[in-house]
Amino acid sequence: MSGNPNTVAKQRQNQPNRHSLEKRLNRWGWIFVSLSIVLITIFVFIPMIGALIMSFQTGKGVNMHFGGLTNYIRLFHDQTVGKALGNTFVYLIFQVPVMLILALIISVLLNDKNLKGRTFFRVAIFLPCITSLVSYSLIMKSIFSNDGIFNQMLANIGLSPIMWTTDPFWAKVLIIISITWRWTGYNMIFYLSGMQNIEPSIYEAAEIDGANFLQKLTHMTIPLLKPIILFTTITSTIGTLQLFDEVQNITQGGPANGTITISQYIYNLCFKYTPNFGYAAAVAFIVVALTMLLSIIQMKVGGKENQ
Amino acid sequence: MKKANRVLLTLKYLFLIIASFISVFPFFWMVISATNNAREVNAGKLTFGTHFAENLGNLFHSGLNFGPALGNSALIAAITTVLALLISSVAGYGFEIFRNKVRDRVFNILLLSMMVPFCALMIPLYRMFSAAGKAGFTGIGLNTMFSVIVPYICTAFLIFFFRQNTKSFPKDILEAARIDGLNEMKIFTHMYMPVMKSTYAAGAIITFMTSWNNYLWTLVALQDPQKRTVPLILSAMGSSYTPDYGMIMTGIVIATLPTGFLFFMMQKHFVAGMIGSVK
Repeated sequence: MSGNPNTVAKQRQNQPNRHSLEKRLNRWGWIFVSLSIVLITIFVFIPMIGALIMSFQTGKGVNMHFGGLTNYIRLFHDQTVGKALGNTFVYLIFQVPVMLILALIISVLLNDKNLKGRTFFRVAIFLPCITSLVSYSLIMKSIFSNDGIFNQMLANIGLSPIMWTTDPFWAKVLIIISITWRWTGYNMIFYLSGMQNIEPSIYEAAEIDGANFLQKLTHMTIPLLKPIILFTTITSTIGTLQLFDEVQNITQGGPANGTITISQYIYNLCFKYTPNFGYAAAVAFIVVALTMLLSIIQMKVGGKENQ
Repeated sequence: MKKANRVLLTLKYLFLIIASFISVFPFFWMVISATNNAREVNAGKLTFGTHFAENLGNLFHSGLNFGPALGNSALIAAITTVLALLISSVAGYGFEIFRNKVRDRVFNILLLSMMVPFCALMIPLYRMFSAAGKAGFTGIGLNTMFSVIVPYICTAFLIFFFRQNTKSFPKDILEAARIDGLNEMKIFTHMYMPVMKSTYAAGAIITFMTSWNNYLWTLVALQDPQKRTVPLILSAMGSSYTPDYGMIMTGIVIATLPTGFLFFMMQKHFVAGMIGSVK
């Protein structure tokens, strides 16, 4: 090997050094992440596999044996599963879009620097986020009980009371109202922080070109916020698929399973009726499958329109 | 043209005022009702009453262990927060100090755990802790603090949160410290942790809140009435045949105080913790 003796010497000096530093950092990196890998494996991945195995087992309580596809076949004949899925889709189709559109409208209004009382409005609308799901559910339950304050206000203006908790239709409406109350401000915060990252000069340029408010919204704000809108759609969808606390505390799933959700049915199968863990696990895999399916669809749709 | 603008502006404010009213009214209702007795709450009384002390007394002497539940909730939330922050920040730093292909892949697998619905994990976790208890390890079985804390001391969300924030950490300081011969452990405790204070604050708020408000897993894991947490007691009070809403609202006010305090005292960190994952 011929070359500049100086460079060769330099390389000899530097390379082993840098190499050993990389090696050392790499080793430290693994040490630092190892505990987390172990914990997430024990408390997420192993239970996940456990649930999958369980979903192929039948039997009551702890006496379980392999049952093949029995549980999955039973799913198709189970009316409660049908009801729970139906309710979940009602929540998904009505609640999620209403909440996200509301959050978007509020964020657009609040993003106006000339608006008076911006901070007040923002804090007020965000405030529901500080309540726990159980707490706000009970507050809603008391406001909307059949002889509660809301019905009394209706009576005061001459309207007949609404049977919020005993009518299956209105019970679903109540759940939708409640979730929207709790989470609109939460989603608003995401949109507002996204809007703050949009350069004001883009809007100024559009204004010079004569774009009106609606044009700016549909042609600029919404496309620029697309990743965040996608994110909030996915998190809201996952949240709705796992809905439990609200329904459990406001309506207990009633009337006549009119508001029951899949998570609640799983809970009932394990802890309210004679425990049937195998079947409950099979029901849980509906949620797993739906979560994956809907997330993939949303990412595909969101991704495509992005291009 | 000008008139139309004024109408639009009025509508805008009207909309925001209505939205704010709807958002705040349930809080108003909660505070008002905490000072009224059950009969007055049911009658829809909208003014402050004189029964707050009575409600408070009922709450703590209801036989539902609200006092011990406050202690349980606080201890569980505090331990969970400290452990989760330590473990997740170490991991977030570890994923970022030196990146290689394998570790990036491992990270992506860990992120997948965020997609796993809890209702699928609940049954195996219940059986796991139940089995541990039956095998004689009663300290780590069901109805223990261990069983409600340990599944939450490491979440992919927090690791992700710390990793994202580590990216903006000034790298040349790290280089300098390494040249000075500091080992990674020292760098982490003496340099990373102090610099990342606001990330820790935001992470602490979100973790504390999640733990303080946790319902489904505690409902499953804590069936012993002595071990119950605040949300479980409130839920039990609410599901009784004739709920005493004066007492319940008093309980809710107390349960909301810590999170309300965090929000008003540390609004910036509070919001940063909530939106941490979309940066």
